[in-house]
Amino acid sequence: MFRTALRNVLAHKARLLMTVLAVTLGVAFVSGTLVFTDTLSKALSGQSAKSYEGVAVSVSSYGTARDENGVKEGDPGISQQVLDKVKAVKGVDTVSGRVSGFAGVGDENGKLIGTGWANQGTNYAPVKDGKDPRYAFTEGGGPASAGQIALDRETARKGAYKVGDKVRVATNGPVKEYTLTGVFTTDDGQVNAGGSMVLFDTPTAQALYLQPGFYRELSVSAKPGASADQLLADIKPLLGKNATAKTGAELAAEQAKAIEQQMSGMSTGLLIFAGISLFVGIFLIYNTFTMLVAQRTKELALLRAVGAARGQVIRSVLAEAGVVGVVSATIGLVSGIGLAIGMRGLMETAFDAKMPAGDLVVAPGTVVAAVLIGVVVTMIAALLPAWRTGRIPPVAAMGSAHLPATGKSLVLRNVFGGVLGLLGAGVTFLGVSQGSDGRYTVAAGGFFLMLGLIVLLPLLSKPVIAAVRPLLSRLFGVPGKLAAQNAVRNPRRTAVTAASLAIGLTLVTAMSVIGVSMGKAVDRMSTDKLKADYKVSMSGGIGSLDKSVAETLAKAPGIKAVSPQTAGYLKINDTFKSASGVNPATIGQLLNVEVVGGDLAALGRGEVAVAEKTARSAGLSAGSTVDVGYEDGTKAKLKVGAVYKDLDGLLSPYVLDDKVLSAHSEEPYIPEVYVKVAAGESKAGEKAVVDALGNNPAITVASRQDMRNEMGGLVNTALNIMYGLLGMALIISVLGVVNTLAMSVFERTQEIGMLRAVGLDRGRVKNMIRLESVVISLFGAVLGVAVGGFLAWAGGKTFSKSVPGYELVLPFDRIGVFVLLAAVVGVLAAMWPARSAARLNMLTAIKTE
Amino acid sequence: MTTTHYAPHTAQAVAARATGLSKVYGQGETQVVALDNVSVDFGRGRFTAIMGPSGSGKSTLMHCVAGLDTFTSGSVRIGDTELGSLKDKQLTRLRRDKIGFIFQAFNLLPTLTALENITLPMDIAGRKADQQWLDTVIEMVGLSGRLGHRPTQLSGGQQQRVAVARALASRPEIIFGDEPTGNLDSRSGAEVLGFLRNSVRELGQTVVMVTHDPVAASYADRVVFLADGRIVDEMHGPTADGVLDRMKAFDAKGRTS
Repeated sequence: MFRTALRNVLAHKARLLMTVLAVTLGVAFVSGTLVFTDTLSKALSGQSAKSYEGVAVSVSSYGTARDENGVKEGDPGISQQVLDKVKAVKGVDTVSGRVSGFAGVGDENGKLIGTGWANQGTNYAPVKDGKDPRYAFTEGGGPASAGQIALDRETARKGAYKVGDKVRVATNGPVKEYTLTGVFTTDDGQVNAGGSMVLFDTPTAQALYLQPGFYRELSVSAKPGASADQLLADIKPLLGKNATAKTGAELAAEQAKAIEQQMSGMSTGLLIFAGISLFVGIFLIYNTFTMLVAQRTKELALLRAVGAARGQVIRSVLAEAGVVGVVSATIGLVSGIGLAIGMRGLMETAFDAKMPAGDLVVAPGTVVAAVLIGVVVTMIAALLPAWRTGRIPPVAAMGSAHLPATGKSLVLRNVFGGVLGLLGAGVTFLGVSQGSDGRYTVAAGGFFLMLGLIVLLPLLSKPVIAAVRPLLSRLFGVPGKLAAQNAVRNPRRTAVTAASLAIGLTLVTAMSVIGVSMGKAVDRMSTDKLKADYKVSMSGGIGSLDKSVAETLAKAPGIKAVSPQTAGYLKINDTFKSASGVNPATIGQLLNVEVVGGDLAALGRGEVAVAEKTARSAGLSAGSTVDVGYEDGTKAKLKVGAVYKDLDGLLSPYVLDDKVLSAHSEEPYIPEVYVKVAAGESKAGEKAVVDALGNNPAITVASRQDMRNEMGGLVNTALNIMYGLLGMALIISVLGVVNTLAMSVFERTQEIGMLRAVGLDRGRVKNMIRLESVVISLFGAVLGVAVGGFLAWAGGKTFSKSVPGYELVLPFDRIGVFVLLAAVVGVLAAMWPARSAARLNMLTAIKTE
Repeated sequence: MTTTHYAPHTAQAVAARATGLSKVYGQGETQVVALDNVSVDFGRGRFTAIMGPSGSGKSTLMHCVAGLDTFTSGSVRIGDTELGSLKDKQLTRLRRDKIGFIFQAFNLLPTLTALENITLPMDIAGRKADQQWLDTVIEMVGLSGRLGHRPTQLSGGQQQRVAVARALASRPEIIFGDEPTGNLDSRSGAEVLGFLRNSVRELGQTVVMVTHDPVAASYADRVVFLADGRIVDEMHGPTADGVLDRMKAFDAKGRTS
């Protein structure tokens, strides 16, 4: 029987082409993901291992200035004395102390070089031979005194800096100018990822990032023969209580594990989309095998007639699917490896992210997974058609019946689909009624709704397509009329084809609607709630502004109102609540705070303002008091001076005078400062702010428009990534359309021949096939858009409460593009089938039985 | 070797004419001559049958004359139009406007009703059917009650009657039938042949039909006999027995030579 299966595969090469392609693409996606993440993971671990090369023991201390009771400990890090003691331990070769933090380098226009979060500054710590082994200088040497720095090669190149040039560098404080003494290369991961690195001399770095005489980390190297574990044991007793020490090998292993976890998160994300592609592929394979089996009814019946058991016939079809699966999976695996190589190149060119070098990793697990997935998916898809062959009676070999009745009752199917669809819709509505808790309910409901609709599609296809038939025949004449009729000739096949397109479009539409609605919500917030003209924050959005920023701005000319937005917390009833510290005098001019009780001016008297919802749940109102604990442990009884309407995203639920909040914090965290300028949101206004800050490259001044653009950009980027990842599923569904059309052309050879004979020219035969394709594609697309829109509405209901200002926005422009694209896809998918239909030899076509 | 130009018995208008028509497949050793220098006229308003054993080239001759197939040399005219010089698009238009077809396998579109199938060539051409003529044709083939049926709801004989009506409906210059009774039982076959003969006698239609059935051929006004790609004989006012005898003679000759 297996030989029969193999022969059948070979005999139907052309008809199996699309199946092979679909499985190949899906498997390539899976294996590409696995190979890429494995390779990256190994390269990154290799890189981190390399950075611990020669490090026997590493000591770090993120000690705080005060303990949990607020008592001064005077332990900001590792002191020089500790370093000296460690150096004296037997077996220690060298010890280098390190201290690091944010450092932004400006180009000649004062703009920041590199991505904000990855710009670091650290100290140059030469060891005994006068060199720091972490950095290899390509020009000049390391900084030796205050006022000198070295830059990594890429940053120097981008800023066109040469040794001896003046470079403006910003840390959290004001900008300073330094002289460049050298340019270096390094294995540092952040630098490889496109960040910049500035090297200061040790005292400068200590002053900038910690406190003179203190380090965050020590790297200890061992003399030949000394064991790292022994060193660790000897060093540990010398350290303060906030310091931790580990061997280099331990740290390398820890980091490798962290990288692996990160990578597995990434690969899971990608595999979800690969799964969608494969799922869509199942529809195509199902169609192919249904047709192959239908064509072979007589042949299979003959096998039964000459004595093949029912099981044998079923197995022969499954074996055929298995062969196809193995072949496609193998091609897919090879293409996947190619894809992984290509992805690496793409990351480097498109995202300017340097991938660490390393060998390609094709794990045995990847190979097994790829082949298994290809075979299993193909066989699952072929299961139903195979099972149906078992029901072919031997007598069919004698009869002339050569296609099974496609008009077989759809009643059972429709009832099942209807129940499933209604159940799905019901569950979705249930989820909507549950609000934020209903997220998973909505997802489950959406899934069942989609399944129900897929089952119902053959029923739906008839009236929907019948409705457009008059339009098609009016616009395109006979080819239009015939196309619409052909599209519903085999409703099951049309449905399966359209379903695969609908799945992709459902996801794309739902994501677009939610994404755009989110963007609009944020947009609305920045227009309605924000009165400030500019938001000042650290470049890259991470890190605190210096305390001086707000003060400097307040004194600068042309500035009307300034308020820091200090982020802190209060301990209330033993739980930490986030709190904002603002300037009570100006906050009313910068944010649109709606006071519902009391008066904001009370903040100036050291009272607290509470957001309305929080006040309600905590039983607070204007005039009541609340017991709070500050960050430094001080306790206080605060009077509630005002209750205001929630301003999520702009103000925390508890608001205090910044002076009060900062006074109780060692290092107040100020993510942003809001500014209103006399000139308003304009070039002059922006200049006033930028100038006041000393043209600091590390600080970003964003106008309201900038904030809006940034959010729009984020939404677009997120959506584009989604579109890209769903692209594979869409390509496979296009292959499905090609497949279905090719089948139709093949089955209707005789008809097409007749049409040609009675006078339908080649062009119009092509049109007929094209239109059929467009009708099927649009049917799938419209359904997908409708379901996607519904699910986006339902999903939006579950999180509209947590996103202030969220309202459903239907992006008709995008949706229009999707539908248009579906039509284009229809035309493209029909290209090959239409051409082969037009090229049919009329005489052989008419004669084909 | 001389070739005879087989013309209709009486001097009359010619609907289609092949002159020195040859059709050769393949080259060198594998070369097959399907038609060898055939010259024949098909008279207007006449019912002509083309007969011959299988492989004699009778279908090829019809296909070439009907503009369905290309030929190697010679000329074919339908009315005033020389087919040899036409491009595919022009040939398609010629078939659409001037030629009607009846196939052995009916070849109806299952998605269309009987009426829609009948008017299909005119719909393709974007022409409106002449309602009176259409009624005449439909009445003649006896389909009045079944115009809304789809082909699957009709018997084989009824389906072929639809095909006959389709061929007649656009009033083509000439109708070609390729074994139109091949798939029918003898009663339905007789009906269809009767319609064809009536269309010639009563409506003045021109019909050329390929068949291997002497009874079918006996409905024609004239029978042209083909063997080995050549026209070997013709018979006017044939009877089934006469045709059968003639065929037997060819058969015997074929076996002895």
